[in-house]
Amino acid sequence: MTRIDKMFKKLRAANETALIPFITAGDPDIQTTESLILEMADQEADLIELGMPFSDPLADGPTIQASSHRALMGGVNPEKVLDLVKRVRRHTDIPLVLMGYYNPVLQYGLDRFAADASAAGIDGTIIPDLPLEEAADWMKSAKAHGIDNIFLIAPNTPDERIKKIGKATRGFLYYVSVTGITGARQDLPAELQDGLEKTERLVNCPVAVGFGISRPEQVKMLSGHVDGVIVGSAIVRVIQANTVETDGGLRARPELVKEVGRFVRSLKEATRA
Amino acid sequence: MNKTMTDSNGKKTINPDRRGHFGIYGGKFVPETLMPALTELEKAYKEAIRDPDFKKEMRDILKDYVGRPTPLYHARRLGEALGGVEVFLKREDLTHTGAHKINNTIGQVLLAKRMNKTRIIAETGAGQHGVATATAAALMGLECEVYMGRKDTVRQSMNVFRMQLTGARVITVESGTQTLKDAINEAIRDWVTNVQDTHYVIGSVVGPHPYPVMVRDFQSVIGRETRSQIKKALGRLPDVVIACVGGGSNAMGIFHPFVRDEEVRLIGVEAAGEGIDTEHHSATLIAGSPGVLHGTMSYLLQDKWGQIKGAHSVAPGLDYPGVGPEHSALKDTGRVRYEAIDDEEALNGFRLLSETEGIIPALESAHAVAYLQKLAPGLPRGTVVVINLSGRGDKDVQTVAEILV
Repeated sequence: MTRIDKMFKKLRAANETALIPFITAGDPDIQTTESLILEMADQEADLIELGMPFSDPLADGPTIQASSHRALMGGVNPEKVLDLVKRVRRHTDIPLVLMGYYNPVLQYGLDRFAADASAAGIDGTIIPDLPLEEAADWMKSAKAHGIDNIFLIAPNTPDERIKKIGKATRGFLYYVSVTGITGARQDLPAELQDGLEKTERLVNCPVAVGFGISRPEQVKMLSGHVDGVIVGSAIVRVIQANTVETDGGLRARPELVKEVGRFVRSLKEATRA
Repeated sequence: MNKTMTDSNGKKTINPDRRGHFGIYGGKFVPETLMPALTELEKAYKEAIRDPDFKKEMRDILKDYVGRPTPLYHARRLGEALGGVEVFLKREDLTHTGAHKINNTIGQVLLAKRMNKTRIIAETGAGQHGVATATAAALMGLECEVYMGRKDTVRQSMNVFRMQLTGARVITVESGTQTLKDAINEAIRDWVTNVQDTHYVIGSVVGPHPYPVMVRDFQSVIGRETRSQIKKALGRLPDVVIACVGGGSNAMGIFHPFVRDEEVRLIGVEAAGEGIDTEHHSATLIAGSPGVLHGTMSYLLQDKWGQIKGAHSVAPGLDYPGVGPEHSALKDTGRVRYEAIDDEEALNGFRLLSETEGIIPALESAHAVAYLQKLAPGLPRGTVVVINLSGRGDKDVQTVAEILV
């Protein structure tokens, strides 16, 4: 059983919802990302989604665009991301999923990427611009190296397609809460709970919801209706607020890691309330 | 990679498969939210082109509003200046709004109306596609917003104003390189968000399926007219057809009806900017490598990690680090030859056509003229060459004045 399957099984038994924080690898620097992963694991995050920055993140809103840009300016590349994963893997068993656009994976080489990611301790991938129809090659490589490829569905995905994607996805199914791009939102759409309930009826795998979720109250509202809740932009904002620009580039304030940890703790507590 | 595409009769074909792949290129690499929209668009497009009413409406607008057919003009003085080649210019510069872009926007906005979309969005680089979209939207009474990189709004300010005059809202894009690539990113983000009521009018043969084939089909009116006009004038097909390539829609439009005529040499001209051995060019097919950007697999300008590089050309319409997937396939099969012309050569072409024929070309189209300047000395006298004069140069006069004066 994979780390992801084990985690969802355990939480399902406890009737608990997984908290899945997202951060961009290398924002503001690789060392801080390393500390953040360990801190979030300490604060009982259940799975970490680690962004692999791309120059043209067309599914992302301004917050994650800016975060990707900061990371790329700092010289992050897939090799450095995997090295970082290798280092943190010695200290934690938390499931780690890479979120990245297809082109960097393709240029690295699909099979080589799957092999190296797996060796580093990566459990899965989320590739927002790789729909089922184009994913056969990557799914083959991922499977061969024990990487779960996690597919996404959106509120406008037809039922038949939800079923098909539900069969193809590994680890869990990523339910995009809104037709739109990533970014913290004040209010979640009213149809969200219906959409989630319908999806849970159509598929057999765990379902995690993301896009727009920014506050503990929202997490609390969703808990119990879904297997996992993904929070990205709201966490990235905390990182951004605790980063200062210096002559030598970006520098993390000493309190950055603890601030993120506190926020993640409050989100996790909301899954149990 | 060098796979020749053949159809069931063993004839060379260049139509995509059911999922929009031209060989290894093309496809639909988009967020899941857009998949239903692409399916809807594909279905609506297929139905529309079989519908006599749609075809008639399209034909009437192209004739009475756009001004088609555009002339195929025998440019004798240009031909003499080039040592005795017979040059014919396909005068897309004479269309309403001054470039070939309108052929596509009329088709897509008609289609949007048919799909009951109430809002149109578009990206634009040089502004020509934005103007053509705003124009079509005004004609058909739809709301229109156009994304344009900050750098382009500055260097093509006249086109910004033209869009505003026709009732469109121009949204300045501040992200990334602030040019066409980033305008497309923002347009896609808008489309993902407003997919229910919005149609995204892509301006070139790029993006996810069905855009590359749909835009090509709307633009191939250029090649169909050229074919019958040259046959009428000379009783035969041309020896050479030359067109500039950014995303590649004017080139696909004129090439497509000639692709099966092996005796016709097809040459696509990319922008070498400051030189293809520098970091400042847009010669995607010549100096790039295959990858995925903006929903399609095609040649790209990218670094070893797959990050997209900035493009450069004096011609803003060529300033794009990707290219249409069908061009990538045509390059690999060898059916089309791709060459590059740098900024300085393009400016020479710009001057040559202006001085010999009194026609001021768009800087994009000037790349095609400039390539003929290079090619002509090696051609036998009397060689028949068609250049797709994709747009007029009014928008570039300021830029050229700043460089030449």
